[in-house]
Amino acid sequence: MKKSHILGIVIIAIAVMIIIITAGDASTYVSFNEAKGMAENGNNKKIHVVGQLKKDSDGHIEGMEPSEDLLSVSFQMIDNNNTIQRVYYNEPMPPDLIRSEQVVVIGSFSEDVFIADKILLKCPSKYQEETINL
Amino acid sequence: MQHLLIGKLGHLFVIIAFVSAVVAAYAYFKAESTKNDYWKSIARPAFIIHSLSIFSVVFVLFYIIQNNFFEYHYVWSHSSRYLPVYYKVSALWEGQEGSFLLWIFWHVVLGLILLRTLGSWESTIMFVFAFVQAFLVSMVLGVVIFNLKIGSSPFLLTADVINAPIFDINPDFIPEDGSGLNPLLQNYWMVIHPPTLFLGFAATIIPFAFAIGGLWTKRTLEWIKPAMPWTLFTIAVLGLGIVMGAYWAYETLNFGGYWNWDPVENAILVPWLVLIGGMHTMLIAKKNGSAVKTSIILVIAAFILVLYSTFLTRSGILGDSSVHSFTDLGLSGQLLIYLIVFLAFSLILLFKNWKLIPTTNMEITSYSRDFWIFIGASILALSAFQVIIPTSFPVFNAILSNLGIQSNIAPPADQVMFYSRIQIWFGLGIAILSGTGQYFWWRKMEKKNLFSTFALPIVISLAISTLIMATSGIYEISYLLLLTAAIFSIVANSQTLLRLKKKKSNLSGGAVSHIAIALMLIGIVYSSGKSKVVSLNNSGMVYSNDLPDEINKENILLFIDQPIEMAGYTLSYSGRKIKLDNYKGYFSKDQFKESANINYLIAGEAIYIDSVKIIEINDTVKYNPENTYYKVGYKRPNGQEFHLFPRLQENPSMGNVVSPSIKRSFFQDMYTHVTVVANEEKEWSETEEVEAVIGETFFANDYVAAIERFDRIEQIDGIPLQEGDVAVKAHITIQGKTKDFIIEPIYLIRDNFAARIPDENEELGIRITVNTIIPEKNAFILGINTAQKDYIILKAIEKPFINLLWIGTILLTIGFLLAALRRWKELKLNPAKPI
Repeated sequence: MKKSHILGIVIIAIAVMIIIITAGDASTYVSFNEAKGMAENGNNKKIHVVGQLKKDSDGHIEGMEPSEDLLSVSFQMIDNNNTIQRVYYNEPMPPDLIRSEQVVVIGSFSEDVFIADKILLKCPSKYQEETINL
Repeated sequence: MQHLLIGKLGHLFVIIAFVSAVVAAYAYFKAESTKNDYWKSIARPAFIIHSLSIFSVVFVLFYIIQNNFFEYHYVWSHSSRYLPVYYKVSALWEGQEGSFLLWIFWHVVLGLILLRTLGSWESTIMFVFAFVQAFLVSMVLGVVIFNLKIGSSPFLLTADVINAPIFDINPDFIPEDGSGLNPLLQNYWMVIHPPTLFLGFAATIIPFAFAIGGLWTKRTLEWIKPAMPWTLFTIAVLGLGIVMGAYWAYETLNFGGYWNWDPVENAILVPWLVLIGGMHTMLIAKKNGSAVKTSIILVIAAFILVLYSTFLTRSGILGDSSVHSFTDLGLSGQLLIYLIVFLAFSLILLFKNWKLIPTTNMEITSYSRDFWIFIGASILALSAFQVIIPTSFPVFNAILSNLGIQSNIAPPADQVMFYSRIQIWFGLGIAILSGTGQYFWWRKMEKKNLFSTFALPIVISLAISTLIMATSGIYEISYLLLLTAAIFSIVANSQTLLRLKKKKSNLSGGAVSHIAIALMLIGIVYSSGKSKVVSLNNSGMVYSNDLPDEINKENILLFIDQPIEMAGYTLSYSGRKIKLDNYKGYFSKDQFKESANINYLIAGEAIYIDSVKIIEINDTVKYNPENTYYKVGYKRPNGQEFHLFPRLQENPSMGNVVSPSIKRSFFQDMYTHVTVVANEEKEWSETEEVEAVIGETFFANDYVAAIERFDRIEQIDGIPLQEGDVAVKAHITIQGKTKDFIIEPIYLIRDNFAARIPDENEELGIRITVNTIIPEKNAFILGINTAQKDYIILKAIEKPFINLLWIGTILLTIGFLLAALRRWKELKLNPAKPI
């Protein structure tokens, strides 16, 4: 076998390794129930859950509790399977959280609380105007 | 009056530009395939017409932005009346259509420069240019053929895009003002970063076009020489553009760093890395004719990856996974076709001519220069590959779901950790090779001189890095290895530079760039590896009552006038400030009164800086009402002090944006941003009555206060009193922890009725009214209302040696431009073969 072939094989092997490592580190979009199941089975991998804040029939947000020193917040979130879950976020409440129409929390379960390391928010018309305000 | 003509004119120029690009592409194609110069006499004017039309389109778009023609949707949604002119320039490319135009514009400029120098390469290369232009211009074409929307024009009318009832009532309605430029983009970097980045983006077409031209005209090796200076130029500009973006993110966004591995960032980093790899293999291909295939593949890949990144960021496919992708204009299909056409076109040419590409058996020994450069290029390509895979997850999900397979892979939870963990090893490889590479490049290496060459630089770099290890407090083995390798690279390349200087040969752009890369790597390792949140406080709090784990909080709550200790500083917050146009420094808003126009304030008092009067009372000053700056003082025990002014920008349509304020010093940056601020709408308590005697203290919102004196006054707010009026102003001092505050309520008797004018200090949350005066006791009955004191929650991060990253970037650009210049001269001096 020529040396250049060996070189080629080595490079391909590294590329394959990269794919395997990457696939192993990839997170997944799951529901709260699945996430809880994972945590109970000892799988502490960080996952993504998509949902919304819990609101009452008048559209008021329910269960939003900033901590007393305002440095953290916990809130109720409903995932796309309508499971309600308390989420704890160890950062001050992002100002846009209240007006968000979709929330993605990234983190994992610790006992009964979902601990979010990161929150992604989708807010209405943040970058594109839809109507004209007179 | 709507200005309809100008927009129609703009649209007409777009259509002419499209048609002329198609004509030029066809004519150049014919010119190459028939070798008939007649076709060139059509193609050239067609490209000139195309260029002139593009310049006109850009001019028209800027004209309608500059003149506030809000009847145009692009102007309305990206600009506003009071935007300074330099931001109106950036409004030009804020939107998706405008950024395509910027890209098209640079292609035209580059094409016009190239046109005169191409010689025998003209037909094929200009064909690629015109072909690409036809596709790009179609993205802003804005015509509908058989219900098929082709492109989105920047000259659409607001009334046609927005579905607002006002247009049913009054079709000629013109919005009074635009919705403004995204506050994040109102930063000077946004004026120069996008043009630089897009110039780099656009320039990738040149090496690509030469590679295509080489394949097409069967000059599979000859293309490299004329392509070389342009490839170096492209890398320099693209690299500068990328780091400018990083610097903007560092200054403007609040994720605490300059690089977030966001898909949009990755999508542009990847072609850059691949092109650098391609440039290195082009070097050995030019010298020895080896690795020609690899060069062609990498150069083509870089251009296709630029198209792919366009597709990623503009098709809306990234959706939730990116903070700054463009909104979907419904053009993803068009983008996909564009990507596939160029991929297929390149692949067909490549396979057709594969056998014609020269191959030499590369010497694969550890003494071969070619071998090491090839390894370096492979590392760059693999590093790019590792970045592009997770960035493409949303694409995989989309493809799988189109095939009916449910897929829910998400990007890694901690992106920064995920990429950095792997990329650091590529960085290590790059640092080592960029150090050794220069020795192999400039002299012949053999077993016998191996030791003599490497002994000195290795000893020197080990000595330096041991010293650094001992003092830096970095313990991670990967960081230490990278640090040592980078220092080795600096030592080795400096040695090369010195030797070349002795020989009086040209400054080596390669050695300069390699030093630059090493500096950047050190800057990255330090500023991220040793980045430290200093606003950390272990509050003893727990996640919830069920969980015993204590948690660290990375933010600090700071009340006004209530200094706290943090990381060797006394930290204090002293209130909200504003900035005025045309004046340096920060001002308190309560020195001004609002005017009828929200962008202007009227000075309520004369304003002095260093006892020089700079603003007269009742002067009108312009400012941006969206910005509030929070003055934070950092004081060392030795008295050294500096102030930071982190910013909050409130934009009604785009939400709140916080930007950091950074104290820069050579060795480290202190990076501070607010996370949350107190609500400006105060909730005042019920009135509490206090009897206060002059000179005696009382409490107000937990502050010690006292009435110093009271004065009879003759006018209130500059308005003289009426006859028979009696007015007194109480002079109340509030003893703050940092300074005293004054509150001056007024008590007025007119026609036997008492009028009370309260005064307040909003930041302290104290409002005082003089309710009654009891002259016989020399006392006052004061009404006190209290509210939440002003506060901010902030995060502070120390970032050591981040300057090395910026210095390295400047050096990198210089190094690449030096190299490009050298190759240009080489071309001019030595036109052995007509190019």
